[in-house]
Amino acid sequence: MGYLVAASLSEALDALGRPDAAVIAGGTDWFPAQGSRPLKGDLVDITRVPGLRGITQDAGGWRIGGATTWTDLIRADLPPAFDGIKAAAREVGSIQIQNAGTVAGNLCNASPAADGVPPLLTLGAVVELASTRGIRRMGLSEFLKGPRQTARMPGEVLTALIIPDLPVGAQGTFLKLGARHYLVISIAMVAALVTLDRGRIVQAAVAVGSCSATAQRLPALEADLTGRSAADVLAAGAGVILPAHLAPLAPIGDVRGSADYRMEAASTLCARALHMAIEQGGQSHG
Amino acid sequence: MDKRTAPDLTAFHLNGQVVEVAADPGERLSHALRERLGAKDVKIGCNAGDCGACTVLVDGAPVCACLMPVQQAAGAKVETLTGLVKADPHADRLVNSFQAHQAAQCGICTPGMMVSAVALLRAQSAPDAAQVQDALGGVLCRCTGYRKIIDAVVEAGAGHAPAPEGSGDVGTTIRRLDGLPKVTGTEAFGDDVAPPDALVLRVIRSPHAHAGFTFGDLDGFRAANPGIVAVLTAADVPGLNAFGVIPGFIDQPVFAVDHVLFRGDAVAAVVGDAATMARFDPADFPVTWEPRPPLMEVEDALAPGAAQLHPGRAHNIMCGGHVACGDAEAALARADVTVEGQFTTVFVEHGYIEPEAGFAMMDGDRVVVQACTQAPVMDQDALMQILALPRERIRIVPTAVGGGFGSKIDVSLQPFLALAAIRTGRAVRMTYERVETMQSTTKRHPAAISMRIGASRDGRLCGMTFDGDFNTGAYASWGPTVANRVPVHASGPYRVADYRATTRAVNTNCVPAGAFRGFGVPQSAVAQESLFDMLAARLGMDALEFRILNALDNGVPTVCGQVFAQGVGVKPCLEALRPAWAAAQADCDTFNVAHATRKRGVGVAAGWYGCGNTSMPNPSTIRAGLRADGTVVLHQGAMDIGQGSNTVIPQIFARAFGVPVHDIALIGADTDLTPDAGKTSASRQTFVTGNAARLAGEALRKAVLGQVNASPDAVITLDTAGLTVTDGAQTFTLDLARLSPNPAGYVLEVAETYDPPTKPLDKNGQGEPYAQYGYAAHLVVVEVDIPLGRVRPLRFVAAHDVGQAINPLLVEGQVHGGIAQGLGMALMEEYIPHRTENLHDYLIPTIGDVPPIETLIVEVPDAHGPYGAKGLGEHVLIPTAPAILNAIAHATGARITRLPATPARVRAALKEAGHA
Repeated sequence: MGYLVAASLSEALDALGRPDAAVIAGGTDWFPAQGSRPLKGDLVDITRVPGLRGITQDAGGWRIGGATTWTDLIRADLPPAFDGIKAAAREVGSIQIQNAGTVAGNLCNASPAADGVPPLLTLGAVVELASTRGIRRMGLSEFLKGPRQTARMPGEVLTALIIPDLPVGAQGTFLKLGARHYLVISIAMVAALVTLDRGRIVQAAVAVGSCSATAQRLPALEADLTGRSAADVLAAGAGVILPAHLAPLAPIGDVRGSADYRMEAASTLCARALHMAIEQGGQSHG
Repeated sequence: MDKRTAPDLTAFHLNGQVVEVAADPGERLSHALRERLGAKDVKIGCNAGDCGACTVLVDGAPVCACLMPVQQAAGAKVETLTGLVKADPHADRLVNSFQAHQAAQCGICTPGMMVSAVALLRAQSAPDAAQVQDALGGVLCRCTGYRKIIDAVVEAGAGHAPAPEGSGDVGTTIRRLDGLPKVTGTEAFGDDVAPPDALVLRVIRSPHAHAGFTFGDLDGFRAANPGIVAVLTAADVPGLNAFGVIPGFIDQPVFAVDHVLFRGDAVAAVVGDAATMARFDPADFPVTWEPRPPLMEVEDALAPGAAQLHPGRAHNIMCGGHVACGDAEAALARADVTVEGQFTTVFVEHGYIEPEAGFAMMDGDRVVVQACTQAPVMDQDALMQILALPRERIRIVPTAVGGGFGSKIDVSLQPFLALAAIRTGRAVRMTYERVETMQSTTKRHPAAISMRIGASRDGRLCGMTFDGDFNTGAYASWGPTVANRVPVHASGPYRVADYRATTRAVNTNCVPAGAFRGFGVPQSAVAQESLFDMLAARLGMDALEFRILNALDNGVPTVCGQVFAQGVGVKPCLEALRPAWAAAQADCDTFNVAHATRKRGVGVAAGWYGCGNTSMPNPSTIRAGLRADGTVVLHQGAMDIGQGSNTVIPQIFARAFGVPVHDIALIGADTDLTPDAGKTSASRQTFVTGNAARLAGEALRKAVLGQVNASPDAVITLDTAGLTVTDGAQTFTLDLARLSPNPAGYVLEVAETYDPPTKPLDKNGQGEPYAQYGYAAHLVVVEVDIPLGRVRPLRFVAAHDVGQAINPLLVEGQVHGGIAQGLGMALMEEYIPHRTENLHDYLIPTIGDVPPIETLIVEVPDAHGPYGAKGLGEHVLIPTAPAILNAIAHATGARITRLPATPARVRAALKEAGHA
């Protein structure tokens, strides 16, 4: 039983090769899950691994390091496509949670209500996993296998999220519905990413969280939106969303809301998120 | 190279000092700060990041210390409230403004609030309210309703000097006399007082709602775990293995013997040294459960053939209540208009941020228990029975209480701690985990209510019937009180000549339901005040004017046949809302014309609440003395759980004695030092203990004046020269040295008792249950997001008849806090056994949920109250929930009859009401 503050990635990966070793970063999910049970096994702290924290841009797109906190993300200078993930970041728990919790941890925890997932799905995020066996990458939707289940293998660390370059003018939005302000697990949430060109939608991505085992993109909706005039979509109001668009969703009923309610709320939030994206995108880019 | 820090030291800067700790791997920073470095100003409310009480700054950034491994803080700069108060100018201003605004009530969340506020003020000069809300959104408060906190931070940021305080006389606002430690981080709560070498106790609790159980080899278990000093079970209880609060209903075992009746029922306690207990996993305790089918709902428990949970309680009906006057059915039959409805409410968690905590130790042959409590003498009573010890061998020294709201009237960990201290001869401490407090301590009763109300065409009430079943859970607690209080209050503060109200308290396998601010009356008010709006609508009358027309008044009998010649203040409360009512209706109409998917509505509701026990004695005694050096000492045993009795009672005493309140020396609650001031409950402290303080002040004044034969209106002055009496042109300096002090050190000492005059209720509930009631009326404006069903209160106007505000800002504090709890009950709070046992699945309002509140203090003096004062604490949340439901109905036409009005339930009701 020990606590290793890893000074390098290779040191972290070596340590994680031991049985019962677990990664800890922000701790904001780890401690609540642990409760007051005594620690069994080792903890490998990756928050001081050089290069693992922060957001950088290179030829392949944007790279969000595995130890990047929500606050780091909120403060980063990023294009409007990231407005959705930034809005989600501001809704993660509280400022206290945002200062410690990491974007990567939110994905590894794999809650169906993980605030970061819908906007990252709209951004086409790819996760990078490292272990002593090497590095592999996969799409976020492939990484998330189900509630509390991911493709991360024992000994692997989520070292980065990679966001491919996005069209100039892409505008992201995010809406979260909860029963209170702050510190709330969502009943439903929606992220949208819309790119306008001369009043037409040339690209749209919409993802819904808390309404299925893992957050889902809505490909049929995205296809219907592509090529439509932004004014038409705004004029259609809530009618822009058709039941068939929501086919990937399979909400459950729980203490936060019934399945039927979630489905209906998702539809309302999708329309509102799209309208916001169109209005904000229109303002920023004429 | 192995960099494991397991046996290593972790070094960081704590409040400017370099510190080193040898912490366990992955130890929470909060634990290391409190237990290894003595930083008890870091409060732990949930250990899950849900409450923010443990907020500290790490390299300037607020984080939850409970979610950070201490090893992660290595080399960092960690700042806590006590350090900030010494070194940071923002903290200094906040200390001032928090006191001036009474932004700290119980004080348990205050360190988290203030540390978060310092981080904000460092980054943002002169923040506005919205910025304060964003910055403090991660810290929960259950007492204040948050608005005073927002005001305090905005004011500190703006750099304004707080308004000067009043003289301290009755009717003036002063800072809390016990307020400074709350805002500097030095207040000592239940978990802050144990000696460093205290043993640690953990309770083994049932994971099942209903089960038989057998222990394995307990001796073997203890032998295999050398750090474990004792294992306690029912066999170790020397006296009565039961506790409760009402004679005849002492039914909850300290340790269950062979079967458990709810998830959380205690079966054993394990006591060991701190290091051993930190590694102890309750799952390793040798106990085998045989689950039985649980009865979770009232209808299950009442069903023919259901298991009977307690002997003598056929069909699991524990008790009932009944009040009847006139002929309700005949009146309803002749009424021109009748309405009826079924209303359902759920378990509500008190949600105080301080979990139960404390320690016990031996002092010679006496056992001393220091823990948070609302009722020290009742704790002593319970321990006398359980421990089979006389009163003089048990001392209760209450710590500061980090919120109670009714649940800390009952004993919780006191029996475990006392038994363990006696067994081991050592100090033994315990702090409930958040899950443990939520599983095992009492809740507000769920209610299933059927109600019918009639009226004649002229708008006068004509007949009312009420039937309510209350799920009282596995054990009695205050269930009988709820069953009795509700029929007395279910009419609301109105003239109802023909009335019948009947209640039943039903045992189930749920967590015990007990006392929670209002004892069932907030539930009955939901039904009655909702139906009043429906009735007014059927009559075509204005909802506020309908209430004013039917309001109780002086000389008009209550449903118990009690006639008050004076002091009935509900009509002035309702009338005080008229201007806001008219303006809000106009505002809503304007808004609604312009908006399709959002609709606004305004709702009103009224309430009343009898102060003190129902037709039962509940005396308070206050003791005071004069020392030979001229110091006047007030022994004040009324527990201050944040509501302010540590300030109000001295203000009353000082008025009666005739000196400024700041000249009085205070001794706080301790069963060795303060006489019984009763429980802090039933909105009785200002009224009952206040009267005892008034009598004690008057008696001591009389004794002092008698020393010099001064006239009754002579002026007493306390200063460094001692005590002088000025009587007209004559001035006497008392030569106190010539008087011989008594064993307590007083040359003059008084003790006075007050017990409210009540009369018993007959079989129809007729009599005089209370010597006084307090009255209230609330108005709320809400906005409903029609497609989502989300309800957002926009503002409250709250009129409260308090007879005489002793300290007007404390009145506002009670109003704000009660409204926040009523808002939570209305919109979000639902405790579901087994499912919402934490503060992220169980939601209480945050700083973003409580809108501005305007408090209208109405003062219709009461002849029984000290200087006319009436109780207030519980009255506040009675009208809040129905006012919100009425506002939703006004906005949308949708009537919510099941609480809480979550977005999903509101949306379903909106669709039923025809909204797209």
